[in-house]
Amino acid sequence: MRMAPKPIQSFRDDFTYSNSPGAVARFPFPFPEDEYMYSVNIEPHVTPGPEGSVYEHLLDIDEHYLSEMHERDLVLKENPKRCLAMPHMDLACWDMIDRVMHCFSEDYPEHFKLTKAGDQWTWENKLLNINDSFTFGDSSTLPLPPMEYIGRQVQGDFALLDQRDGDLFMDAGIVTCPADWSLAFDAGMGFKEWHGPVPMAHEMGIFDRALKYLCAIPLGRPVRRLNWTLTVNARMDTSPETYPSWGSDRASVTPENVGEKVHLRVELQVLDRMSRSNALMFSIRTYLISLEDLVTNPEWAKRMHRVMKGLPEQLIEYKGLTRFHPLVVDWLAKYDPAN
Amino acid sequence: MSTDSIRVRVSGIEQVSPLIREFTLEAIDGEFLAFSPGSHVVVEMPAEPRPHRNAYSLLSDPRDSGCYRIAVRLQEQSRGGSVYMHESVKVGDELSITPPANLFAPNWNAGKHLLLAGGVGITPFMAYLPELKRRGADFELHYLYRGSSTGAYREQLKAELGEQCFLYDSEAGQRCALGELLADQPRGTHVYICGPEELIAGVREVTEELGWPASHVHFEAFAAPQPGKPFEVELSRSGRTVKVDGETTLLEALEDAEVDVPHLCRGGVCGQCVTRVLSGDIEHRDEFLSAAEREQGDCIMPCVSRASGKRLVIDL
Ligand code: HEM
Ligand code: FES
Repeated sequence: MRMAPKPIQSFRDDFTYSNSPGAVARFPFPFPEDEYMYSVNIEPHVTPGPEGSVYEHLLDIDEHYLSEMHERDLVLKENPKRCLAMPHMDLACWDMIDRVMHCFSEDYPEHFKLTKAGDQWTWENKLLNINDSFTFGDSSTLPLPPMEYIGRQVQGDFALLDQRDGDLFMDAGIVTCPADWSLAFDAGMGFKEWHGPVPMAHEMGIFDRALKYLCAIPLGRPVRRLNWTLTVNARMDTSPETYPSWGSDRASVTPENVGEKVHLRVELQVLDRMSRSNALMFSIRTYLISLEDLVTNPEWAKRMHRVMKGLPEQLIEYKGLTRFHPLVVDWLAKYDPAN
Repeated sequence: MSTDSIRVRVSGIEQVSPLIREFTLEAIDGEFLAFSPGSHVVVEMPAEPRPHRNAYSLLSDPRDSGCYRIAVRLQEQSRGGSVYMHESVKVGDELSITPPANLFAPNWNAGKHLLLAGGVGITPFMAYLPELKRRGADFELHYLYRGSSTGAYREQLKAELGEQCFLYDSEAGQRCALGELLADQPRGTHVYICGPEELIAGVREVTEELGWPASHVHFEAFAAPQPGKPFEVELSRSGRTVKVDGETTLLEALEDAEVDVPHLCRGGVCGQCVTRVLSGDIEHRDEFLSAAEREQGDCIMPCVSRASGKRLVIDL
């Protein structure tokens, strides 16, 4: 089922965000097994994927497009440092503009149109009423710096990694809906450095292997992986910068409101080599589903219970679930026949 | 060749030095992608009994995706692709190439870029130069060649780059004094070398003596695609035997035989395809198994690894 963008809903204050039955059906449930542990879960992102699925296109657009673009605008107004690009990343930003505009206009022609005459490009985004002409590669011809310009038109967070000395450096990005990490803090760091806080995975050799693989990604052969956590309320912006406004949500979970308040937060991460700059584009497309909606699928409900019950203590702690994890397991138990 | 190979037509051939020919390639379907300076493609040539696969640097302007250009030096002593390119490939012929990959990218944080080319090693720098100029970067090109065989593009380069271009024809007795050249560079200079082994070794030796950080010394190290020897695998559970030819991975051969093996990366890192080996010796090519696991010799990653002998028995 193709998702038509719906009117703006909120990811803060009154949290009017909701998933239609179609959005629930295509939710990227991340657990292939009853147990979860970190692994090098990277696979080729071959497009087109199954029709209507979140894997159909390089970058997925769904019914939350307008809501997420509105939320991004709120975050950037509060804190412009959520978007940055070091000067040597200018060409990589233009690569990203190229990739996004080509993919969107081919994959969603009803919403986006790209017209090119040599370096003179015209871009139409009918969803946001944008119609701009500019000279490709010349940042002075855009109304905003290139990263912010394109970042305000794509769902999900983005980082552009510069590849040098067999490492990847977080030298540009737009990050307004992170699962508790900060672009301003990680800017300029290498792959293992920004992954520093992650428990167990370093010792398991996961980052060594993943880095080798990522550095070898050729043009036109994107890869993807899923990551997940739990978020209280349908809050997109769970960043360290705004911790004071959401940290205490964790204490608001009760046995009565678990299903409604606790959301499974899944990140579909796509890595794609940029042609002119050799940078890697890393997109983090975040999907939120309330446990209430999740348990409408009995298979997911059963598996979710088992995964949560067996989750290693270090992961519970790192993901910030300690306060409400037992409530989640108890609430899910009734959906697992083995219980 | 893998499914994402690109069909190209040779639209021009030019002798650019006595031993070097330049080939212009056009995409048969659609458009080429722009590429980054230092990228190479692997060209597959339909030779008998099996295709040649050679990696060549792209030397056209990276921002111009209208065509790709490569230059091939005739290597008489090798059995391989350069002879084929020189003798068999004609204008209008079709070939396959891989999408560009880059193992030799400039570091844009360098204060100065020192390019050292030896012979046909000029090719990646032909793609560097337009981008260095566009970015207004500080650079110098030092180009070593033999007037009677290599030295392609030298007049054009001298004309375009003037003072930033230094030519050394060894046959005219012109030598590049590496020691002095490198000792004179400002801090923050990155050196890039593409050329014969001796040139690379020479620069590495001097830069080490001068205490340059290794991260400031770049040399082209082609990851030539690695075909292997043919072998057979016996599937212990069904008793079937599957043949794996030199151009096919074990994983591909199993897939062709409709044997399901879980896999993700197809590149020897994710660990998904790990398969138990009951007998036979393994040539490990993956990044996944630990040294101890390799030592045990009872597991293989079929997406990249192969038998080192003629036969393997695997637990499938
Ligand atoms: C180059 C692209 C990538 C970027 C920009 C990125 C970025 C991040 C960041 C910022 C974090 C949060 C760390 C913190 O706590 O501050 C994180 C967590 C993590 N990353 Fe990555 N990552 C990338 C690729 C990968 C890959 C390929 C893997 C493959 C195994 C991976 C595995 C993980 C894991 C396991 C965590 C912990 C997540 C959790 O438990 O919630 N990352 N990543
Ligand atoms: S498929 Fe990933 S290691 Fe073989």
